[in-house]
Amino acid sequence: MFENFMIHTWIASTIIAVTAGILGFFVVLRRSTFAAHALPLATFPGAAAAQLLGIQPLWGLLGFVTLAVVLLHQLQKLGRKDVAAGLVLVTLLAVGSLLLSMTNTYAPAVFSLLFGQVLGISAADLWPVASIASLVLIGAMGLYRPLLLQSAFPELAISRGISAGVIDILFLGLLGLVTAMAMPVVGALLVFSLLIAPAAAAQSLSARPLQALVLAVIFSVGMMWLAIALSFWTNWPIGFFVGSLGALLFTSARLFRYIRHRWFSQRLPAAISRPMKLIPAAQPGEA
Amino acid sequence: MHEHTNLPTPATSSHHADTSCASVLDVEDLTVSIGGRMLLQGVTFALQPGQLCGLIGENGAGKTTLLRSLIGVQPSPHGQVSISGLSPRKSRDLVGYVPQKINFSPDLPLRVYDLVQLGCDGHRLGPRWFSRRLHQQVMAALDAVGAQDFAYQRIGELSGGQQQRAVIAHALARRPRLLLLDEPLANLDFRSANELAGLLGHLTRVHGIAVLVTAHDMNPLLPVMDHIVYLAKGRAASGSVREVVQSATLSKLYGYPVAVIEHGGRVLVLPHADAKVGEDGCYLMPNGSTSGGQA
Ligand SMILES: Nc1ncnc2c1ncn2[C@@H]1O[C@H](COP(=O)(O)OP(=O)(O)OP(=O)(O)O)[C@@H](O)[C@H]1O
Ligand SMILES: [Mg+2]
Repeated sequence: MFENFMIHTWIASTIIAVTAGILGFFVVLRRSTFAAHALPLATFPGAAAAQLLGIQPLWGLLGFVTLAVVLLHQLQKLGRKDVAAGLVLVTLLAVGSLLLSMTNTYAPAVFSLLFGQVLGISAADLWPVASIASLVLIGAMGLYRPLLLQSAFPELAISRGISAGVIDILFLGLLGLVTAMAMPVVGALLVFSLLIAPAAAAQSLSARPLQALVLAVIFSVGMMWLAIALSFWTNWPIGFFVGSLGALLFTSARLFRYIRHRWFSQRLPAAISRPMKLIPAAQPGEA
Repeated sequence: MHEHTNLPTPATSSHHADTSCASVLDVEDLTVSIGGRMLLQGVTFALQPGQLCGLIGENGAGKTTLLRSLIGVQPSPHGQVSISGLSPRKSRDLVGYVPQKINFSPDLPLRVYDLVQLGCDGHRLGPRWFSRRLHQQVMAALDAVGAQDFAYQRIGELSGGQQQRAVIAHALARRPRLLLLDEPLANLDFRSANELAGLLGHLTRVHGIAVLVTAHDMNPLLPVMDHIVYLAKGRAASGSVREVVQSATLSKLYGYPVAVIEHGGRVLVLPHADAKVGEDGCYLMPNGSTSGGQA
């Protein structure tokens, strides 16, 4: 399974898993899981549009994901996040069904966009993946602290001059890039499980933000590799393994946390509040 | 945007007088309306360094709205707000804010320590490098609010009062020059409420920070407070504690009988029905009388 043609698969899927793990951390943190579900599906018609126009599928996907992100951002400003995501999803899917009826895209192509074609990746496919991934990584690393604060407590962030609107559109933009990059490889449905499951599992295991982020990446890469290996040996679709491994991972993480809680809460005294101390006039930071 | 250099913020040099600008906070003719409804109308007051000012008024009077205008978050305010001579948007490094509604989800991968750390550098871009100075600053803020013992616990799993302490530490971490607290006493037990009042008093007296704090139960704050701004029907008035904390004034302000009594050398504010005349050395101030009221 490490033959030459498989090397590209390993490289591409590892890059995608790392990126999805990092961005998934913020998706779960911001409770934007529905947006993460809606975006890939809303982007999916982009492929049909690209075929109609006779351009590269990736451009179609990027175009549609931009449309979806802008629409989502605008709708979110008006009201609830989940309603906005739902509206974007149905609107673009409707457009998608129209476009699909106009093209003569045959079923296997649609199927592979939904579930991915991870075993058929060429060297040329690697470039867009690698370049978009580095863009996303730089963006996520740069925004790490404002994004963390804004996701944890929006009002505290606003008081620090971190604009909710700017953070939201930047975050959605990064999510859109990941979506467009990962879709042709792992498929619209799997982007979602790759984004959500490892990050959610990591966040229920670790209370430290950076540790949870690293854990999410490790889970995501591990899940991806295992899924490819299993798919190679069994000849079953990779989607089946990514989806079910994700569910398994999340369930075991929650179970582990529950057990650890039961175990520890019997041993540890409850946290107490110590008396407040007066900060000495000579400030420690300046000493 | 933020031109201020690294962590040791301009904040509180322990000298009181800021010579360049006399008042830390200057609010002039501030008017805020939401959806055509006038919430605040011509609010004018000022805060000097080292002053601890209470902001009172009934539910819905606009206290939170006023604080939000001061940090430049409230949409479409009219009038002048200046903080050390700067507009709210330019003075974010000088202001610490503790919101009224604190609500952390239990799954949030964030410890109290991390939240306080974000209080120092949450607005900065790029990855964070380890810094002893940052660590010390965080520990000092945690110490100040007595949160050392739960500093490394997931914040969403703490009690409401503990979360409140964490947010106060977050606001203190950068040593602001102006501290705005929205109902910081609401979730605190007796001891913590008194301690927080002591801490605020200390911050104002020793560090010269100006504090504006809203509170419905102002008793813990009365010993340290020196000024009160009160809001009613969108208008504001201010006065010294001695002037405002009087039965007649407060009753009129809240539209509910309020008694001001003295007990054991302290002035206490109570709803009328609970205040008993002549019991245990307490006495009910006659309406409109001016005796009592401690600075
Ligand atoms: N987003 C909003 N949209 C419309 N009206 C609002 C909004 N936020 C607040 N208000 C209104 O503004 C008024 C003042 O609210 P504010 O939260 O400032 O009161 P408050 O003095 O802080 O009250 P409390 O003591 O209950 O905290 C209220 O009547 C409220 O209905
Ligand atoms: Mg309020």
